[in-house]
This record gives sequence, C-alpha cells and structure tokens, in this order.
Amino acid sequence: MKTKTPSKLEKFLAAGHLAVTSECGPPRGSDAATITKKAEMIRDYVDAINITDNQTSVTRLSSLASCIHLKLMGVEPTLQMVTRDRNRIALQSDILGAASFDIHNILCLSGDHQQFGDCPQGQNVFDLDSMQLIQTVKLMRDEGKFLGGDEIKRPPQMFIGAAANPFADPFEIRVPRLAKKIAAGVEFIQTQCIYNLDKFELWMKLVRDRGLHEKVYILAGVTPFKTAGMAKYMKNRVPGMDVPDEVVERMSGVPKEKQAEEGINICVETIQRLKECEGVKGFHIMAIEWEEKVPEIVERSGLYPRPRPEADS
Amino acid sequence: MIRSITQAKPEEEIDELLSGFGRVFIVGCGTCVTLTHTGGEPEVKAMAEKLSKKGKLTTGHVLLPVACDNLTGEAVKEYAGQIGQADVLLIMTCAFGVQTVARQVNKMVVPALDTLFIGKETGLGQFDEICTQCGTCVLGETGGICPVTSCHKGLVNGPCGGTNNGKCEIDEAKDCAWTLIYERLKALDRLGSMRKLQKPRNHQGEPSPGKFTL
Repeated sequence: MKTKTPSKLEKFLAAGHLAVTSECGPPRGSDAATITKKAEMIRDYVDAINITDNQTSVTRLSSLASCIHLKLMGVEPTLQMVTRDRNRIALQSDILGAASFDIHNILCLSGDHQQFGDCPQGQNVFDLDSMQLIQTVKLMRDEGKFLGGDEIKRPPQMFIGAAANPFADPFEIRVPRLAKKIAAGVEFIQTQCIYNLDKFELWMKLVRDRGLHEKVYILAGVTPFKTAGMAKYMKNRVPGMDVPDEVVERMSGVPKEKQAEEGINICVETIQRLKECEGVKGFHIMAIEWEEKVPEIVERSGLYPRPRPEADS
Repeated sequence: MIRSITQAKPEEEIDELLSGFGRVFIVGCGTCVTLTHTGGEPEVKAMAEKLSKKGKLTTGHVLLPVACDNLTGEAVKEYAGQIGQADVLLIMTCAFGVQTVARQVNKMVVPALDTLFIGKETGLGQFDEICTQCGTCVLGETGGICPVTSCHKGLVNGPCGGTNNGKCEIDEAKDCAWTLIYERLKALDRLGSMRKLQKPRNHQGEPSPGKFTL
C-alpha cells in the first residue's frame, strides 16, 4: 500500500512487515525519566510506542508532553487522544501541537468514563466521539482544514489509528463498527487485549468476509498476566474484556512464583497463533507497568530483530 | 407525564445552609415532589418536626399545588404574615419551584432538595431521564431512543467498547443505550441508520441558558 505520511509505523506496515507496537503509561508526577526509561528499555524491540492519555481517567502527565520526550530521544511515538477531556478547539489545538513536533501517529479514542478515575465528580466533555475525531484528523491532514473550514498552514501529517473491541457486546455490531471507523478514515487498528482467541479469529473471519482487512492494518492487542489475580480481575471487573475460564485456570494452576512466567507464555503463544491469522498485520503489546518484559515477548515470538524501515525506502 | 425528579439534600448540608437562621417557613409542592416523596405533605411535616428538634421555629408551612406555576405568587401572598415572620424559606420543591418562590419574596430561600433531572416514572418508584433538551434532536435516526441522554458519554455514532451484557460499563443498573438502539433498528429493519457518520453535534442548538420568543 502507498503511504500517506512520514510515519515509520505506516512505512513498516506498507512494506508488509508484521509491526510491533507497545505502550507506556505516563507517571503521576512530572519526572520525565519515568517515561524515557521505559522507552529506552523497549525502543529496539518495537516500531512505535503509544503513550496513553490519562488512562482509566486517572490524572497523569500528559500524553502529548510524553510523546515529545520520546520524539526527542528518537523514538517513534503514537499519541493517544481521548475525547473525554477536551472539546473540539482543544483537540485540534493539541493535534497541531503534536504536528509541530512531527509526531506522525495518532490513536483516536473516546476514553474511559471519568467515573473510573481519580476525579469521578468531574465533568466529561465528549464534544466529539472517536468516530468524529478520526474524521477531524483526516480533514486536517488531507484537506488542510480546521473543522470550522479555515485553512491550516502546515497541516498535520498523521497516520490515523483507532481501537476496536471484538469482545464487547452485541458481538454482531463489532465488525460493522470497524467498517464505520474505516469509512471515517481510520488507517490502523489496535485491538482490545485478546485472550479468547476463538472469538477473535471469528471476528477476523467476519472482517475478511467484508474485505476490511485490505482496508485497514489490524494490530492484535495482547497483555501478559502477571498473576492469576490479575487474570481474575480482568475477567470479572473490566468491562468489555473476555478472559475464558481455561485461561484463568491455567494461571491459577501454577504456583505463585511461576505465574508471571506462565503469563508471558500465554502471551507468546497468543502472538504465535495469531501470526497465522490472515489479516493480522502486527501486534500491540500492552505490558501494563511491566515494560521490561516486552523485549522477551518480542524475541520469543520470533519478531526480533525488528526490520529497519530505512532499508525499504 | 414529565416530572421534575428530586432527591433530598444531605441533612448536614441543609443544617449548614440554615445556620444563623432561627425562624423558618417551609414550602412543599403537590405535584412532582409529592410523587417522589421528597416534598409532599408528609415530608413537609417531618421536616417541621426535625427543625423543631434542632431548636428552629417554624413560622408556618404551605403545600403549593404546583410550585412552578405563576399562581404561586397568589399563594405566597396568602401566607404573607407567616412568611414575614420567618428569616428564611426552606423550599422542598424542585429548583423550578425554588426559583418561582424566590421571585415572589424578599427573603433568602434554601433548597431542601437537589433537582436531578426532568424525567418520567417508568416503573413503580423508578424514574428515568429521557430528554436533556439538547436542542438538536437525533431521535429520527435512532429508532426513538435518545443516545445523547441515555448514553453516559452521549455518543451519537454507536457504542463504545464498554458495553457489558447490554448494560453500561459504569452502571449495571442502566441499559446500554446503543444496545437498545441496535435492537430497535434491527427489529425495524433500519440498521442502515447506524452506518451513517453523524457529524459533531451542534451545541449552539443547546439553549443554555434557554430563551425562546414566539
């Protein structure tokens, strides 16, 4: 596929490589080293690093500032942007801010409800939804225009991403919803963490039946479990998450000191199986506060060394 | 019928709002707050007793038929003597009633209730918000179910990823509006409506503060 932006991630995917992305959560403080250390640990093992935007509605160092820190150290960032906290003026303004630092990847999300976070009494915004944010970035990039219609000098050049959750219900609207995001202009997808592989493969089949895998790069999302407790928590407490009983049982079935290793095993096996799934163009490894394990996961999954995009251009 | 849905303020908050005021006139209402048991006759009487125990003097009380109606002005005049003796009016109606009364008297008013939403009794003792008066109605494309009101994020382009067995991720007691819309549109063979990309909402259509001249 032809590339539309200077994004290295887009270039990788267009060249037909299986991409590997990961994410880092910014700190609850202003120490940039927290983010740069995490990035340093994984930079050679991934093609781009997402920075989460006040995930689970807990106030943190901003995604944009963190992305700038990555950019300054020569790491390719993906700016996660949720519509929960900012209206359309602020969103467009931050997109330009990111573009001024040549940040070339954006992930457009609606964002968790503030009830989950540290300011449950706060007002949410949701002036735009994720669908409209996708359209906004596309309008700004491809037509060089603001939502208000005025011209942008030096428009942003961003590879446009969004999330997809194949596991939320009703299941039958999840593929049409992906189609709608593609119609809005999305170019890559990072999915919800996959534990129910059968269901994910069924979703992918429905994606292929509609030819959607040819229209968008789908990166399969994985998160290694650290403990059996985490598996149970994700199964029972995180909405839209599908953790089958056998996965929880597998984690519980090993002694406590071996559970982390088992979690990594499950993650690696998931990647290996999904490498064979037609339409999966890469992996998004969300090792929540466990970034040091990303290199091992990438290596054991046979995804290391990472190809160099320069070699293809 | 559409009602104003209210909830009693915490007792400590009322105590704080009334501190420094010794003599209180209490106003209730015979309409919405009677239905929700927040400001009907029994609640007004119970409040008078409670205040008495706290050492306040109740100069009188009235149950207005419809506190938000302009006739409230007439009713207030009838009680001018008792109101005149009070330092403050404690108003056990929705905020519409509080403001209507406030316009008629030259005294501080204290709301005893919080007004939650304008809604409807959808089951015995159960009240739901069904319209937020956004000024840009989308019901024509959603099978008559309002996502602006009924979705916690007010999403107009379909559900987020947090649908939880047909319920909203933030409250198991609330249906996911988009699951309801999907089911309705499917039954009507109008799922095409969900494919349409809805533009960013026009918040200029939202009349806040609303003012409309015929």
